Amino acid sequence: MKLDHSKNIIEVENVSFSYGQTVVLEDISLVVHPGDYLALIGPNGAGKTTLLKLMLGLLVPTRGKIKLFGRDISGSKRLNQISYVPQQGDGSDINFPISVYEVVATGRYSRVGIGRSLKPSDEELIKKALEQTGMWNQKDKLIGELSGGQKQRVYIARALSSEPEIIFLDEPTRGLDREAEADLYKLMRQLNREKGLTLVLVSHDVEKVTVEAMHIACLDRNLVCHNSPAEFLADSNLVDMFGEKTRVITHHHHK
Amino acid sequence: MGLEFLQYSFMLRGFAAGLIVAVIAPLIGVFLVLKRYSLIADTLSHVSLAGISIGLLFGLNPGLTSLGLTVATALGLEKMRRGKIYSEAALAIFLSGSLALAVVIFSLARGFNINLLNYLFGSVLTVSARDIYLIASLAIIIFAGILFFFKELVAVTFDEEAAQVSGLPVRSINTIFIIMAALAVSISIPVVGVLLIAALVVIPAVTALRFKKNLVKTIVYAEVISILAVISGIILSYYLNLAAGGTIVLLMLAVFIIVSLYKREKKYVYVRSDQK
Repeated sequence: MKLDHSKNIIEVENVSFSYGQTVVLEDISLVVHPGDYLALIGPNGAGKTTLLKLMLGLLVPTRGKIKLFGRDISGSKRLNQISYVPQQGDGSDINFPISVYEVVATGRYSRVGIGRSLKPSDEELIKKALEQTGMWNQKDKLIGELSGGQKQRVYIARALSSEPEIIFLDEPTRGLDREAEADLYKLMRQLNREKGLTLVLVSHDVEKVTVEAMHIACLDRNLVCHNSPAEFLADSNLVDMFGEKTRVITHHHHK
Repeated sequence: MGLEFLQYSFMLRGFAAGLIVAVIAPLIGVFLVLKRYSLIADTLSHVSLAGISIGLLFGLNPGLTSLGLTVATALGLEKMRRGKIYSEAALAIFLSGSLALAVVIFSLARGFNINLLNYLFGSVLTVSARDIYLIASLAIIIFAGILFFFKELVAVTFDEEAAQVSGLPVRSINTIFIIMAALAVSISIPVVGVLLIAALVVIPAVTALRFKKNLVKTIVYAEVISILAVISGIILSYYLNLAAGGTIVLLMLAVFIIVSLYKREKKYVYVRSDQK
């Protein structure tokens, strides 16, 4: 499917979400355009990951609706247009007996079909994704042998191998050192600017995403802002609310 | 030590049943361990015992009632897991609840004229020809199923959410897998018994994981450990007059301990290669 720039990729319309009695998100509306690079920021517990999972169809809104390419996400077949790089850090992959190549291959499986094996064209795409992320020379290593930054590259490669139009990333730079973090932002910038991939990123790192992303959405149960980084930075109230809070958390994470 | 004991047809049957279970259990076991479901094997085996007792009580084929109840429970547990109400506690409740039910039914009907111990600890020597047919056909189904869904099982076991987003039918794959796990547990009962099945499912898998190879190699290692332990366990138990199930499990444990000592985790400092 070719990109149709007249359509919005994601439309979130008056979405609320509660876990039992706890309201996590309230009346959120926002739109993601093709080629966008949107960063969701906000303090811990602001509902960033929840909004991401709602957009991915992993959670169902309590109220409101979410459209993917103009169609309601709950009923639509996904057609592999979206990919997901989940939050890392629980370490469950450390002892998993799977090679880097095999991890990236799992991104192709839904396209290949059950009971069938990878075709040469699939293998080409896996190779391309590994090369794009600079991980081709590590393809035979087990995933548990890699550093945090390398793992993230592998998970981005897995996302790329399904040829998506949009990739959702949940705190991809969490726990990385400065250099690995800078490398990862550079990779995401390339994917967005050069390959035209739409990116939606959850982040704590306000300083970084105001430089990298095209749009910033500030969440604190409600959608407090949704504008360009320049507009965000010009609003001292917003910077006070989101910049400071998140900066403290960021430092905490890196210690 | 010769193989002359195989001239007895009951030994031959026991040997055949043992080998089939030796192949199937680790195949399921590697995925169960990686999914952090190890305890499910233990729970399902006790449910299976309750199924057997119900079959005996109502004069039905105990093999079939056990199969039915185990599969139904497995589906229930999978549903609970999906609904996020699944927990270790739920497994413990199912485990002890079904054991209690089985014990009460067994005590109710003292006229069963069967030995509870055979079910608890297995008895390769009393495997009937009909048992073999049932075990073999179910084993073929499990084996073919794992092979057919192999790559989907890998993707779902590795990262369920990413698999779901990518469009894989995660729910169906999990359901099919849990049914196969239930079948594997049911067919293992005559060989190792209710109390030792979990060992057969889990120990070769955990041992093979210590070698830190990719998934296919890990499964092959687990198969080799399992098959060797079952063969030598049955032979040893025959000549030394020991309980076969227990001997098999002890041999597996010995291999696990040796491999663990040999492959001890090095206490290393984590130097990131992108930090050089």
